[in-house]
Amino acid sequence: MVPIEIRDVSLIYDTPGGKVPGVKEVSLNIGASEFVCIVGPSGCGKSTLLNIIAGFLTPAAGEIRIGGKKVDGHGMDRGVVFQDFAQLFPWRTALGNVAFGLEMKGVPKDERERIAHEQLRLVKLDKFTGSYPHHLSGGMQQRVAIARALAYNPSVLLMDEPFAALDALTRDDMQRLLAEVWRETRKTVIYVTHNVSEAVYLADRVIVMTPHPGTVKTEIRIPLPRPRNPLSVEFLDFQKELLRHLGYETGAGEPAKANGKANA
Amino acid sequence: MTETKQSRRSLVRGTLAVLGAAAVYEAMARSGYFAPALLPTLPTIGRTLVAMVVDGSMLEHTAFTLYRVMFGFGLAVVVGLPLGILMGRFQRVENFFLPLVSALMPIPSFALVPLFMLWFGIGNLTTILIVFYAATFPMMFNTWSGVRSVNPLWLRAAGAMGADEHKLFWKVIIPGASPFIITGMRQAFLRSWIAVVGAEMIAASDWGLGWVIFDAKEFLNTDIMLASLIVIGLIGFAFERFVFGSLERMTVLRWGMMRTAKG
Amino acid sequence: MQDAITTVAVDRGPVLAERWRLLARTLFPFIVVAAIWEIIAWVGIFPRRLFPPLEEVAASFVHLTMTGILPRHAIETIIRLLTGFALAGVVGVTIGVLMGRSRRAEDILLPLVSIGAPIPGLAYAPLFLLWFGLGNVSSVLLVGFVSAFPIIFNSWTGVKAVKEIWVRSAQAMGADDRRLFSHVILPGALPYILTGLRLGLAQAWRILVAVEMLAAVPWGLGWLIFGARKFLNTDAMLAGIVVIAVIGLALEKLVFQKIENYTVVRWGMISS
Repeated sequence: MVPIEIRDVSLIYDTPGGKVPGVKEVSLNIGASEFVCIVGPSGCGKSTLLNIIAGFLTPAAGEIRIGGKKVDGHGMDRGVVFQDFAQLFPWRTALGNVAFGLEMKGVPKDERERIAHEQLRLVKLDKFTGSYPHHLSGGMQQRVAIARALAYNPSVLLMDEPFAALDALTRDDMQRLLAEVWRETRKTVIYVTHNVSEAVYLADRVIVMTPHPGTVKTEIRIPLPRPRNPLSVEFLDFQKELLRHLGYETGAGEPAKANGKANA
Repeated sequence: MTETKQSRRSLVRGTLAVLGAAAVYEAMARSGYFAPALLPTLPTIGRTLVAMVVDGSMLEHTAFTLYRVMFGFGLAVVVGLPLGILMGRFQRVENFFLPLVSALMPIPSFALVPLFMLWFGIGNLTTILIVFYAATFPMMFNTWSGVRSVNPLWLRAAGAMGADEHKLFWKVIIPGASPFIITGMRQAFLRSWIAVVGAEMIAASDWGLGWVIFDAKEFLNTDIMLASLIVIGLIGFAFERFVFGSLERMTVLRWGMMRTAKG
Repeated sequence: MQDAITTVAVDRGPVLAERWRLLARTLFPFIVVAAIWEIIAWVGIFPRRLFPPLEEVAASFVHLTMTGILPRHAIETIIRLLTGFALAGVVGVTIGVLMGRSRRAEDILLPLVSIGAPIPGLAYAPLFLLWFGLGNVSSVLLVGFVSAFPIIFNSWTGVKAVKEIWVRSAQAMGADDRRLFSHVILPGALPYILTGLRLGLAQAWRILVAVEMLAAVPWGLGWLIFGARKFLNTDAMLAGIVVIAVIGLALEKLVFQKIENYTVVRWGMISS
């Protein structure tokens, strides 16, 4: 898989209320097959940054290179998963959704259906290939979305709070599943979240961003072995450290906060 | 580009498009390829319109048409609204009327014009009844859907707060169904407006905007025809925009029960 | 024409009794209305020619059908309807989609369309008759013109309502503009487009009957009932009205509900 270089990227939003800086001079280097989480409160520009990397937004300054190639618009070297369940095409079955990217690539029908089946098996949905999205639960829909983003074999997977709209139990399952999928596929992953424990569970490295303007405040490497145990002392220590960087002082008096959202 | 700049450009383009279309029409009218009787120039149409307003004939036609449409529409509201509510509240009423309504609705109101002409002759009565027929079903149907769509949680909440059947009706069901009722009125008026013009044409009496258009055809008075079309369009637009628009703003929009625009 | 309502209970077996009850319940209001009609007809409040009893209407219906007169009227009407509607469908969807896709087209076309829309379609009829003469050309063009408006508006709204996230997803998966259009924009806008077509067809149907009366076409249901008036053939007129109702109901229930069930309902984009 490929490394990603982000160099001095800035973006300014032109709103009716004046110019608002979205992200300012962000630089990051992400290694091949690295799993990076970006955390930060709402408005810190983490989703904006992801959309720039995806090619949906053009930065005002700076540049992004994926595998040495400069990013210019969207491309098939990146797969994207959004938070919104509605990202699936309602007029296509789970299989049809997953096969979409391959269809665009011009892969023959048999071949793309075989690959789509395989991808759906990877996210444990092989029984639901013929279902339309509205017959699937939110968690299942997000699994289809992940399979869809992986199917055409991009080297980078970009995920924008994909599990934020799920209930807590489903979210835990999905995180486990994603960790497994990543171990098998070894994609380079950039994962945006505001959930601190999610970041510690998934990431090799966590980038902390702060708002006004959106900049990288610090980064923390998580060298814990996988699969990780969210109840281990080390795990909780990393969570506390992250929360401290985000401005939440977590004393021994209120351990409950450590598991919550950073900006609920 | 900012939004204001964009919307200004839209306005300019829109104005240019309308002016352009008018210019094309005018050029065609003056080209001499078409008979002036069939394609009068815009100033001719304007003069005719002014003349008809000044001598009062246009106002009289408009008054006749409005009288018929308001009478028929009012009748439709008086009959359709209570019937729709009863259908929504009582299963028996629904069982009786729903099949009838489903069978009658697909009959275009104009199909009944010849029949009504036989029964009631030419003139106001036939026109009003056609308008009534056209407007009743949308009124009834929407009211019925509205009453059925009242959130049962509101009923329970109101019941828990001690509302009796009477209060429940006036304080919960009617306001709850009001977005549908207003939509019903809107549709009913639209249908009425279409019906009155058509009925006036076919069951021609000697007054009314529909009659004037059709009558003008006999004498190739295309300018009168187009002038009346403008008046018909303006009235339809005014009702849609000002009467029903403000009714909506005063009620359901204020309550956040309806979005201003689709999508 | 009660079929549409009774077919709600399609399961066999234990629900058979339930089905009969539903049928009886559906038929009951029609029997009541028919009975009232018969009483009025036989008491003779109105002249018999103007208010014939139902058996005369039925006899007339059978006679007109057997002699092929009624079917021919119906077929001519349907051909006119479909020609006008096809015209409106092609032009309306094209203009609507164009307006939804291009800001420039929207700016230019929206004011023009909005000026034409609030005028009742039939009001254009004399103008069309003057310009294109009496007969088929005028009626088909007018039907097409009038039913194009709801189709344009709904297609336009539908394209604008296509979710941005679908577009982004598809672009991320390498869809070019052409395939974005055919694989995402069109299916995404389909619920609205179908609504527009449905409204357009209903509009076309309502207008056509009246247009046939005004345009003096030799055959057609509108002409049949209008012509019957001259000879006080109220029975033939009522038979024609029944056919009009049946066709209207069939268009709605058989054509559009089928298409919707097969597409947007199956996709969960609207509930049936």
